[in-house]
Amino acid sequence: MKRFITFLSAAIVAAGLGTAAQSPVPDIVFDSNPSPLMLPDDIYLGEVGGVAANSKGDIYVYTRTGHPTISIGSSRAFAHGGSRLFQFDRSGKFVREIGKDSYGMLVAQQVRIDAQDNVWIVDQMAGYVNKLDAAGRPVLLLGRKAESINVPANAGRGGGGEGGGGRGRGGLPGAGAQSDVFNRPTDVAWDSAGNIFVADGMGNARVAKFDSKGVFLKSWGSRGSEPGMFANVTGIAVDAQGNVYAADAGNKRIQVFDNNGTFKSAITNVGAPGALCMTPGPNQVLYVSNSNPPEDFDNGGEIYKIKLDGTVVGRFGKVGKRPKEFGAVNSLDCRTENSLLVGELANMRVQKLTLR
Amino acid sequence: MKRLLACLPAVLLALSPAQPAAQQKATVQNVPEIPYTSVPNFLKMPPGETLGEAIGVATNSKGHVFVYHRSANTRLWEFDKNGAFVKEIGKGYYGFEFAHSVRVDPQDNIWTVDEGTNTVTKFSPEGKFLMVLGHRPSAVDGAVATVFGPNPPAQKYIFCRPTDVGWDRQGNIFVSDGYCNNRVVKYDKDGQFLAQSGSEKAGSEPGQYSLPHGLQVDGRGHVWVADRTNNRYQELDNDLKPLKQYSNLGTGWTVCVSAGPHQYVFASNSNPNGNGPGTWANTGEIYKMELDGTVVGKFGHASKEFGGFQVVHMMDCRNPNEIVVGEIESWRVQKLLLQQPAKTGSSR
Repeated sequence: MKRFITFLSAAIVAAGLGTAAQSPVPDIVFDSNPSPLMLPDDIYLGEVGGVAANSKGDIYVYTRTGHPTISIGSSRAFAHGGSRLFQFDRSGKFVREIGKDSYGMLVAQQVRIDAQDNVWIVDQMAGYVNKLDAAGRPVLLLGRKAESINVPANAGRGGGGEGGGGRGRGGLPGAGAQSDVFNRPTDVAWDSAGNIFVADGMGNARVAKFDSKGVFLKSWGSRGSEPGMFANVTGIAVDAQGNVYAADAGNKRIQVFDNNGTFKSAITNVGAPGALCMTPGPNQVLYVSNSNPPEDFDNGGEIYKIKLDGTVVGRFGKVGKRPKEFGAVNSLDCRTENSLLVGELANMRVQKLTLR
Repeated sequence: MKRLLACLPAVLLALSPAQPAAQQKATVQNVPEIPYTSVPNFLKMPPGETLGEAIGVATNSKGHVFVYHRSANTRLWEFDKNGAFVKEIGKGYYGFEFAHSVRVDPQDNIWTVDEGTNTVTKFSPEGKFLMVLGHRPSAVDGAVATVFGPNPPAQKYIFCRPTDVGWDRQGNIFVSDGYCNNRVVKYDKDGQFLAQSGSEKAGSEPGQYSLPHGLQVDGRGHVWVADRTNNRYQELDNDLKPLKQYSNLGTGWTVCVSAGPHQYVFASNSNPNGNGPGTWANTGEIYKMELDGTVVGKFGHASKEFGGFQVVHMMDCRNPNEIVVGEIESWRVQKLLLQQPAKTGSSR
């Protein structure tokens, strides 16, 4: 009997370990180049919000190089600067800075490259999504930087001032305004028709859909844990069929919607997805990071490779500061299936991974 | 009068950049005076630039001098051994906001401790970013309200106004943390938490701290902590267990351990900010001692004039006969050439 109990508790322990995965997940063998970018002597990356490559292999990094400066002695407090956008070539050589002294680069959140090699940046504090053409010129702006910020900032509302009306505006909590007024947006993706999907975000808890010209179409989601609700929306990707994958880190799941926001399924065995990316066709896969918060370097940190039906193919890496380890991954780029760019907040670096 | 007294602390709080530090006269007796000269115009600034508060100073194995200072922005400058400006490191770096310490490890990597961003950063000898410990609160979370009252609980990977960094021969990292924690933390060379001594709470027992303001590790792996508000230095073993306390050297502002087979410890009883009545007569000197605590000499005195000290914040003593000191209030770095002390009797 005693032996049976011992066996039983071992079985329970084994089952309990499977919080992130139902069955043993194969380890994917991989290598890392922990410093693929050759930085000029006077540039320090800071906390990497986003990293992405275009069709030529050029690498863009949108990064938090400092904190915004607040002007005092004005009638209101105005915020300037804090983040920068850099371009490197495929060998990692520095090409240029884009948008130096731009009006809106406050807290870098994400950079993504669309099929036409346009560069899209998402700024969490300025609260906008900005499409830049290949030459770096702004061509489409969703959202608007708050004119001034409140000091001290309202707790939990971000430093960006009034956001998307996530609270107390009569709607559901986190549902936001039916518009392109964002509250701490985190990510952007497109379907094959060019429709734009914005993860909005940390302040709101919704996904907003726009047509290719930036006309607001609809948004869905509010704060909660039911299907179709979000704790927060930390990343977004769209597959070739137009299905929308929204990372919901606070609820430890990725929710899958059809192109119009109808809930289809949830992927729940990949930890708290802080960043995700989807490979181009035809056999698309998702990579998703169980990102550790910057204050915890003892748990999580691994990255999963999953099929679009949610089947976990494998996992790699863990939390830490050495090469092949991760510290608060905020961005994944997977233009090809076995070559990834990983942007880390807490380790202030970009790693280039090669999967075996 | 009572009313005036009542409003005085509030005025001090509002006006002084730092709390006026308690000052204490050292009780150690019969310490030989070490004669020294200060090298005139040692550091040559870049054209059109001036130092701010010279908070951190350190030298590397080539004698290059690194100065981490508070000007309009916090900046890190490198000079060669003759004081000629070499370059700026970390310009615009996310982890620079309010300098507190710079140190150079045995491999010549440069480490900065920034109490404005709560980070400890390792740069290569050339100044390339290598690793960061701690985390700067995100700007998007808004302005951080000044905390009055108990410190929040200390966390393993988050600092609260850290003050200094050191390493043992295995490369383990030791951080004194700081103004709003009161602890010493040990990490492995890759930044994995190993141990801590003290906590967020201040205390005066051995192994407790009240503003651990400076830290260095000697060749035996012992950790020396300048326990400033407790007016003492503490010596810990490599696992952070307290070994000894030194309470005879005045206020424990900052500590330095020299290189080489015969190591000395330098300890500064810095004169406090504010130039209060009587403080200059009792404070401002630096002590030199053996690793067993025997005081072998002292030098320096409080003064705003060149050659004297106006709040020494940090010392470099790689060469125990050439001390580089950074001062807060005179915005100054001095290189001191020590001579042999006059022979006297016992120094204990």
